[in-house]
Amino acid sequence: MKVRIKYTKSGHLKFIGHLDVMRYFQKAVKRAGLDIAYSQGFSPHQLMSFAAPLALGVTSEGEYFDAEFNSLISSDEFVRRFNEQMVEGITVKDVVLLPERAKNSMSIVAASDYIITVLAKDEAGNLLDEADNVCGADVMSEKRDRLLEASEHLLEKDVIEVLRKTKKNEKIEDIRKGIFKLHPQGDRIYMLLAAGSEYNLKPELVVEALCKEIGCEYKKFDYQIHRIETYMKNEDGELVSLLESGTKIE
Amino acid sequence: MSRLALSDEILMKIEKPARYIGNEVNMIKKNPEDMDIRFCMCFPDVYEIGMSHLGIQIIYDVINKREDAYCERVYSPWPDLDRIMREKQIPLFSLETQTPVKQFDFLGITLQYEMCYTNILQILELSGIPIWAKDRTLEDPIVFGGGPCSYNPEPIADFFDVFYIGEGETRFDDVFELYKQLKKQGVAREELLYQIAKIPGMYVPSMYKVDYKEDGTIASFEPVREDVPETITKEIVLDFDKAPYPSKPLVPYIKATQDRVTLEIMRGCIRGCRFCQAGMIYRPTRQKNVETLQKYAREMIRSTGHEEISLSSLSSSDYECLKELIYFLIDEIGNNDVNVSLPSLRIDAFSLDVMKKVQDIKKSSLTFAPEAGTQRLRDVINKGLTEEVILNGAMQAFKGGWNKVKFYFMLGLPTETNEDAEGIPKLCETVAEAYYSIPKEERNGKVSITASSSFFVPKPFTPFQWAPMLDGETYIERAHHVKDTFRQQLNFKSMKYTYHESYVSVLEGVFARGDRKLSRVIYDAYKSGCIFDSWTEFFDNDRWMAAFEKNGISIPFYTTRERPLDEILPWDFIDIGVTKRFLASEWEKARQGIVTPNCREQCSGCGAAKFGGGVCFEGKN
Repeated sequence: MKVRIKYTKSGHLKFIGHLDVMRYFQKAVKRAGLDIAYSQGFSPHQLMSFAAPLALGVTSEGEYFDAEFNSLISSDEFVRRFNEQMVEGITVKDVVLLPERAKNSMSIVAASDYIITVLAKDEAGNLLDEADNVCGADVMSEKRDRLLEASEHLLEKDVIEVLRKTKKNEKIEDIRKGIFKLHPQGDRIYMLLAAGSEYNLKPELVVEALCKEIGCEYKKFDYQIHRIETYMKNEDGELVSLLESGTKIE
Repeated sequence: MSRLALSDEILMKIEKPARYIGNEVNMIKKNPEDMDIRFCMCFPDVYEIGMSHLGIQIIYDVINKREDAYCERVYSPWPDLDRIMREKQIPLFSLETQTPVKQFDFLGITLQYEMCYTNILQILELSGIPIWAKDRTLEDPIVFGGGPCSYNPEPIADFFDVFYIGEGETRFDDVFELYKQLKKQGVAREELLYQIAKIPGMYVPSMYKVDYKEDGTIASFEPVREDVPETITKEIVLDFDKAPYPSKPLVPYIKATQDRVTLEIMRGCIRGCRFCQAGMIYRPTRQKNVETLQKYAREMIRSTGHEEISLSSLSSSDYECLKELIYFLIDEIGNNDVNVSLPSLRIDAFSLDVMKKVQDIKKSSLTFAPEAGTQRLRDVINKGLTEEVILNGAMQAFKGGWNKVKFYFMLGLPTETNEDAEGIPKLCETVAEAYYSIPKEERNGKVSITASSSFFVPKPFTPFQWAPMLDGETYIERAHHVKDTFRQQLNFKSMKYTYHESYVSVLEGVFARGDRKLSRVIYDAYKSGCIFDSWTEFFDNDRWMAAFEKNGISIPFYTTRERPLDEILPWDFIDIGVTKRFLASEWEKARQGIVTPNCREQCSGCGAAKFGGGVCFEGKN
């Protein structure tokens, strides 16, 4: 029986890579004494598959994996048993039962949305608390305001070009089709982007495009990226949470 | 959530940031402000290696059981972070609370191998603690050393305040109680160390004076203050079954070298191989009850979620309830989708039966450690394994479907001749021929034999502590000779031979039996850039040679020189129970090729019985 698990990844745990999060859950399932199913053969492994990998340094409240169990307990009980074994930074939010022929989460991912915080730093690059009243912070807040403004108008363009680097080469790419929504949200930037196997757009590239727009250099470590949710398309083509595939176990 | 010592930007720039953030499963959390004692435990190598070490997990558990003490951890920053910390002047910090190491009361460094010595200096320097013990003040932690290399701590004595000689389970309470009391009184650092020196098992190098003869050997080794003991008897856990054991070991996020539950079934070894230091310093052999181990196995699997369990001991086949334990692990623990990984067991019907159950025969290989190529030399080193035993074991395994064999040898053993060296390929050939004597339809394709030899390093507290080590060039020549002899064997196409380089072993040879004069060499080597010397990608022999030269230190004095029996050895002040007289008689018997029975066959009166427990008293209560 296949279930889908939603979890969050925050705080220091953002420095734990995707593969290590998978290993972490494999051990957590065992500690929780959950009845996970194994593959056959001489080196059996747990039947578990993760949805959309999260880049190192990014936090999230919308992460998913699917896992196969030999026996079931209620959704609430699943959540409770998992959370008894979690470390600070990872919390299981929900567990739903998938129908027999459900496609795995990785193959159905269609989009993800993010919230971007422009970090306030001093000249030496040290992070400042919001309250810090340092001249460096002024520079950053001015830059932030310009980025926020740019995020309001970027989608008015037909073509948004950035330099996309792959392992082998780099090329100019139009990322316009990957941006579904983009706008300021308070003093942060909200974006809904294409994700998954069809077209996958990293939020960094959009931030880079915004920087280009206001004519400033893109610095990777000046932003904290946070994923809000991972989406699939329902029968009507609307973006809905990956949890929609399943049902609560009573 | 505590603030991390490193900024996001730094953590994103370096390899494997998870090495430095702590917060692992089963990490102990305490409020540092409520603590009387803060102890930082260090394994001076990279996180993945250090996290695999059982001893640290034991000490972590022992100290954290105290309500007034908090034991945290630190490992060697990898060179990428090392550079950034120096450049930005970030002090080295503990993983748990990300506190600068310098703020701790104690820094405990485990000494598992000689080639970690420069990493110790890195830890001290990055912490902002003076490298030389004499330069430290009350502002600095008390720097403790412990572990196997503390059985000859002299080459690094000047960097440490105290060495804990022996097993870590026994004396921390005494040290902490004394420390609390003296700290309240506000005594000077020297007085503190003087009082610690009176606790059994504690060696405070600054309380001893060494004088040398003109030829460089030791003239005298004496305490400089009253009441400081002349000899230090190693600490030992006598009731090993009841010894504390971490039932909730730490589980790292990134894959550690040993990603599994480890059950320590036995401490010590009854065999008495004459090259083996562990076989002497952990005497008398003690074992845990099988019921105790079953309980730990269940608890540790549950608390970690590991999917593999393995046994730890010097010679698991000598554990008396091995069958019961292994069948329990396979049937009960293994049922729960946990792999049972077997240590190198003696190859016999039993071990082949269990190996069949837990391993894929096609992938697994048989492992033998004859250590020497001829029976004559195996008698010299008191390695009980005979050619007959190897052949019998191998034949049983071949008939059971195995076709891969691994052999471990040493080169440069005392009294070794070219003929002994040639014995290595010849033994491999004999095993290959035995394989092909089996009818074609009953064997499993071609045989594959892998042999490797390491360069023998004489160690303190072994019968070979007086023996000359071979020089590097002769060792390499001999290894070449072995390789050539392999090519002459009939079945050489089924064989593969590899040997270790000589440089690192020569340095190990120097430090294993070294004295206090070597601390300058280690310091200069470190200052010239030596670090992570046990990693081939970082080891730089030229820098080491320059450091020896600069200090006018002769390598052969420590390695190839045979020590006379009446020489004062740098480690003579330590009493491991096993007497120098016994070691000397074993050295003599070695040279005559006479074997000594193991502890269960017959007591040879080594001296370890004085501790009053273990194998010495088996069946006598």
